[in-house]
Amino acid sequence: MSIEQWFYSLPSRLRSFFLRDQVDQEMKEELHEHLEQQISDNIARGMSAEGARRSAMLALGGMTQIEQKCREARGGRILDDFLQDLRYGFRQLLRSPGFSALAILCLTLGIGANAAVFSWMEGILFRPYPAVAHQERLFAVAGTASGENEPTEVSWPDFLDLQRNCSLCDAWFVSKITGSTLNIGDHAEVATGSIVSANYFDAIGVHPMLGRNFEPGEDVGSDSHPVVVISYQLWRNRFKGDREIIGKTQRLNNVPHTIVGVAPEGFYGTFVGRAMQFWVPASMEGTFESGGYKLEDRGARWIESYVRLKPGVTRAQAQQQISAIATRLQRDYPATNRGRGVGLWALWQTPFNHAGELLPTLEVMVAVVAFVLLIACANVGNLLLVRSFVRRHEMSVRLAIGASRVRFVKQLLTEGLILSALGTACGLLVAYWCRHALVLLLPRGLGSAMYLPGEMDARVMAMGAGVCLLVTLIMGIIPAFQTRHLDLAGPLKSDSTGVVGARGRAWMRSGLVIFQVSLSFILLVGAALLLKSLEKIRNIDPGFTTTRVVTTGVPLVAAGYDVPRAELFQDELMDRLSALPGVESAAFARVTPLGYSTYSSTPIALDGYKPSPDEQTEVEYNQVGPGYLATLGIPLISGREFARTDDENAPLVAIVNRTMVTRYWGGQDPIGRRLQVKDRWARVVGVVADSKYESVRETPRPFFYVPLRQDFAREPELHIRTTQSPASLRAALLREVHALDPNLALYEMITLQEQVNRSTSPQLVAVTLISILGALALLLAAVGLYGVMSYAVAQSRRELGLRMALGAQATNLLRLVISRGLRMIVGGVLFGAVAGLALTRLLGNLLYKVSPHDPAVFASAFVVMIAIGVTACLLPAWRASRTDPARVLRD
Amino acid sequence: MSKPSDLVQGTLDMLILKILALQPMNGFAISQRLKQISSDVLGVSDGSLYPALHKLERRGWIRSEWKSSENNRRSKCYSLTRLGKKQLEAESANWNRVSSAISGILKLNEV
Repeated sequence: MSIEQWFYSLPSRLRSFFLRDQVDQEMKEELHEHLEQQISDNIARGMSAEGARRSAMLALGGMTQIEQKCREARGGRILDDFLQDLRYGFRQLLRSPGFSALAILCLTLGIGANAAVFSWMEGILFRPYPAVAHQERLFAVAGTASGENEPTEVSWPDFLDLQRNCSLCDAWFVSKITGSTLNIGDHAEVATGSIVSANYFDAIGVHPMLGRNFEPGEDVGSDSHPVVVISYQLWRNRFKGDREIIGKTQRLNNVPHTIVGVAPEGFYGTFVGRAMQFWVPASMEGTFESGGYKLEDRGARWIESYVRLKPGVTRAQAQQQISAIATRLQRDYPATNRGRGVGLWALWQTPFNHAGELLPTLEVMVAVVAFVLLIACANVGNLLLVRSFVRRHEMSVRLAIGASRVRFVKQLLTEGLILSALGTACGLLVAYWCRHALVLLLPRGLGSAMYLPGEMDARVMAMGAGVCLLVTLIMGIIPAFQTRHLDLAGPLKSDSTGVVGARGRAWMRSGLVIFQVSLSFILLVGAALLLKSLEKIRNIDPGFTTTRVVTTGVPLVAAGYDVPRAELFQDELMDRLSALPGVESAAFARVTPLGYSTYSSTPIALDGYKPSPDEQTEVEYNQVGPGYLATLGIPLISGREFARTDDENAPLVAIVNRTMVTRYWGGQDPIGRRLQVKDRWARVVGVVADSKYESVRETPRPFFYVPLRQDFAREPELHIRTTQSPASLRAALLREVHALDPNLALYEMITLQEQVNRSTSPQLVAVTLISILGALALLLAAVGLYGVMSYAVAQSRRELGLRMALGAQATNLLRLVISRGLRMIVGGVLFGAVAGLALTRLLGNLLYKVSPHDPAVFASAFVVMIAIGVTACLLPAWRASRTDPARVLRD
Repeated sequence: MSKPSDLVQGTLDMLILKILALQPMNGFAISQRLKQISSDVLGVSDGSLYPALHKLERRGWIRSEWKSSENNRRSKCYSLTRLGKKQLEAESANWNRVSSAISGILKLNEV
């Protein structure tokens, strides 16, 4: 149709479509009018009134027929047909409720899994900050350093220069995660918050529910603007929704802050994985960050920032300009900026939050849920196929009395659409219920701190609708394809019967089963590989005792303790602890291994070691109290542990690990040698075995310890080796703490094992998700296999009866059916194994010390698949073996 | 009331367009005019007129509006669109070509 014709016919089409009743009415009126005119014309020509009417009606013909023809001529049939198909389809589905329920359930699971993963990807990776305006133009900003792979932070002066000089950007803002202690009764909690630039709330378009945003200039100076905006949750829960809150003060890290605003409900800040509870301006950085005032120090890289590009500006263009600015900064400030660049990252690749941690898992999940969906589709397709076979009689009759094949395929597609639309609706509901489920997969203590919302927005809905249409097509095409084989006479003549596994039409059903089996085999292999890696990860020896050691802390900084008071408190608490029953030993250390705090690090120098010119001599270390190594069970290889006498007045000492000895002293005993730490020389007094420091997956690396008293931290973590449960120990410890100072609180107390589990949670999430979906896929495949075999057995009753009458034993028939089933399973597994060899590589970094082609995993998956397949065939096979030859042959 | 052949069907469309090209009118008037011109030859029944009118309207060749006639009766009045005019020209040209070709053949003397 030409555009012109389309244009001219548009009014008529629109009227026919939207004003059906009116158009219909007008048509009747028109015909009636014609009749009236004809009658009056006839009367004028001298007929009687009765004769005139009769003659007019005769001339016009059957009124209803003409009306119908006019309707057809007008078009709009498509809708009519569709509605008719819809009614008919619903009737069909209601007639076999078992089939419909099973099909809808399969699709709900398949589509629900997809929608849930989409919603997580949307909420965590693509649109992570629901309240923030124009996220699609938002990018994360991080520094780069030549020779380093990991992105670095950016310094505040560099940030200001970038902000000033970048013309392609709408807004630059800083949001650096930080923590503060909030005491609630005797329980101390770390509240998570952000240090932000003063333009933060304006830049992201979030307006406070109460009070005001930060004002320009509040991010200038050192600790000069103690103001805070609190989150809606904090306001509700901790301040009981007090509407008079503005202007009141709250101590954060022992500095009184004036509450100037309350953020709106539904705004959780801009950090994937955590819900922010408060925001302070950058001028308060010294109160929250270690290392003092850094706003004028170009060498201090500590901020995490974002930029929103102007509309129409591409990332590449912006990156080019930003790189140019960074190059200029290198030239102007070579001392601090040599070799430093600045890079833009898409939000889902943000290097400084949890997005990157979950990215590999979610990427794999996309493939996994696609598999589950395909398996579900194959299942429903198979069900439809079987049903279309049952319905072939009806179909032949309909074809015989003149239904067109196109119309027929339309009918089948409509039935598919009903199924997939219902499945999609249920699936979206499932996804909606599961949108916060990701944190449930995390270890309990960690899960309650994390915030990983799924987002059910228009894009996810659209994705769901797309999947629905795709599924409809896939499912509709399968039975429609089958109608190709329908000949009119065949089914009408006789109810032909098949043989078990007969060729011909059965190939399609078998093909679908093989397809399902191979997909679920791949998932099975993937899940098994991940499980094996998780076990390997969980079995990694961290190098310290995990079961009987607990860790906790006392928020001394928030309680206003200065260094001498903190020292005194720590000594007194140690004395009291050692007197507690069930406590074997206890020690403070600045950082708990595998925890979230970061170690101190320093470039080192050694007696008798000359580093090569470009060698990285930065080594991390921990500040630990006396008895720390014994408490954690880190074996001492030679020398001694720190003692109470290693205090600020004693000569500086250090204990190094074995890797350090190997790397820097060539394996010779270093005791008595000197080591330079932060420009001060310490003497090595001991050597300990390697252990894991930041991640259980890390490879051995140089590390050393210094006495806590010689590099003091006011708020170290407390480690206790005990025979008691954390709960009873916590109560006892709290009594001792209160005896020293009744105003103090205590952080959460967990075992080091829990600490290890929390640190390996990304693997746990991946394994749990893939296991759940793998089990689902197996179940669906088993149902599919069962359905096909049952159907084949039911169809070939006559053959089975005949075989039996000719002397076949029940076991022969059992074997016959199972071997047919096995053939499909083995075929599927073979395809699956070949595809699996290629696909398991996608698991990439999620695997730990397990080859993606691990033969043991493939073999066990093979065994499981066969076992499940045989189980699915057992019932149909048993039924086959019970065939009563007399009855079958009589029928 | 047999179904008109395809040739006649196509011809009917053209005739309706031609009649409406002369002057907009309602369905009854068109049927009267059709009878005047061709009732005996083409056998167009009133029954096939209305579906044809609706089809032409859907194709955008004619448009309709309700008008009150002099004796205050409402009737649906059809008129030609610009697109319909073009269609009529194209079809008449086509018709002339085909019919002259056919009559040319028929005039050939049998050997």
